[in-house]
Amino acid sequence: MMLEGFWYFRCAFSRRNRSDTFNQLYLVGLKSIGVITVVALFTGMILALQTGLELMRYGQQVFIGSAVAVSVVREMGPFMTGLIVAASVGSSMAAQVGTMTVSEEVSALEVMGINTNRFLVMPRLFALVIMMPLLTVFTDILAILGGALVGYTQLNVEVLAYYHNAISFAGVKDLFVGLFKAALFGLVIGTVACHQGFAARNGAVGVGVATRRTVVISFLLILILGYMLTRLFYL
Amino acid sequence: MIQFSQVHKRYGENVVLDETNFTIEQGETVAIVGFSGAGKSVCLRHMVRLTGPDEGSILIDGTPLEMLNRQEMRRMRSRFGVLFQGAALLQWMNLFDNVALPLRERTECDEAEIKERVEQCLEWVGLLEAADRLPSQVSGGMQKRAGLARAIVMNPEILLYDEPTSGLDPVTSRKIDRLIAKTNREQSATSVVVTHDLISAMDIATRIMMLHEGRVVEYATPEDFVCSKVAVVQQFLEAQHIPMGFGSGDDQDEKE
Repeated sequence: MMLEGFWYFRCAFSRRNRSDTFNQLYLVGLKSIGVITVVALFTGMILALQTGLELMRYGQQVFIGSAVAVSVVREMGPFMTGLIVAASVGSSMAAQVGTMTVSEEVSALEVMGINTNRFLVMPRLFALVIMMPLLTVFTDILAILGGALVGYTQLNVEVLAYYHNAISFAGVKDLFVGLFKAALFGLVIGTVACHQGFAARNGAVGVGVATRRTVVISFLLILILGYMLTRLFYL
Repeated sequence: MIQFSQVHKRYGENVVLDETNFTIEQGETVAIVGFSGAGKSVCLRHMVRLTGPDEGSILIDGTPLEMLNRQEMRRMRSRFGVLFQGAALLQWMNLFDNVALPLRERTECDEAEIKERVEQCLEWVGLLEAADRLPSQVSGGMQKRAGLARAIVMNPEILLYDEPTSGLDPVTSRKIDRLIAKTNREQSATSVVVTHDLISAMDIATRIMMLHEGRVVEYATPEDFVCSKVAVVQQFLEAQHIPMGFGSGDDQDEKE
């Protein structure tokens, strides 16, 4: 199994697949970065505001940095990134592979003796596994910045104090668990999208069904896996 | 030689192939005709194991396809060239790259060799000037011709055409027919053409097979086919406004 995994990894960056893999890396990053920017920034702001208002009653609003950083780095970062990527990139992957299936392009590849897993699945899967942690780091940074903005403008928390609180509570383990989750979510989104795409039947209706199923199944799996991993690493 | 032996295929309650038996000899061009849903395209898909039979066997030169493992099947498929109904070109690649794809993926040819072979094939189908266009930027007929170029680029022994003229105007259809006839002649390949269009079938085939409700109801030379006494064949000829005996006499000489 490990050998097979290694073979597939090599395939994604082989001479034949390299350009498609880089194209997919670019698409995964580009397609979701706009939404991620807005969602991450506002999630950090909302988290900071809600937590800060409660803490302010006890005069402890300076701790919003730790509250925002820990919740974002551990959970919200990979979770939000996963949902956005599933909705934007996963759905479009399922639609593309689904359209190729119903228009016999996948059959044509098979008849040409081209391994569709290597040719179509691997570049997409690796793009997601590599880009998801990078996008999660981006989400984490923006959400923490959003929190700092609200803390400074509305809760009178100094940026330096916010920053010190944030880094003293959110540890390296939190960061790595978050990134591991993100990579796993990427694997889930890619697998579900390609599987649903290959299973598409009956023309445009089938492609629509594959797209919807990709989003729903990915959302559910991200939620369930997220909980299980948190349990595994923190209980 | 392609042989169908007692092939049975059903999708749910719908029986598509019902104990279908026929043989296509090497070097022949056989047209499979029939009404919609007769099982023509399913037959074609069975020949390259894109779908498998529920019962029975498909043999290529005596080798039953169901006995082949994935690697052997890949080798077997390399003997085939298939022109799909919608051409099935990859939409993100231009026509040149689409035709070059099998060479890049299945051979160790360098780019210069690939370029030479692809240009040769594109010139063959009259698309050399459109080589750098995307499939979405060319007409349906041009897509079909590009699909044909891709099908022949590896010099296959067996060529399969799934509805090569469907959705095309009569003039373009005849152009495609002439191209197929020329390809079959010069490639000396065994060819199977699935079509609704009996005029096309008569133009390019050495034998015509009619499928009806999953069974072969007629399998004859074009001259004998148009004189068939089978009721469903006569009905099919009438539906296409082809008079009995058409093409069996003088106009056959013109075709030659």
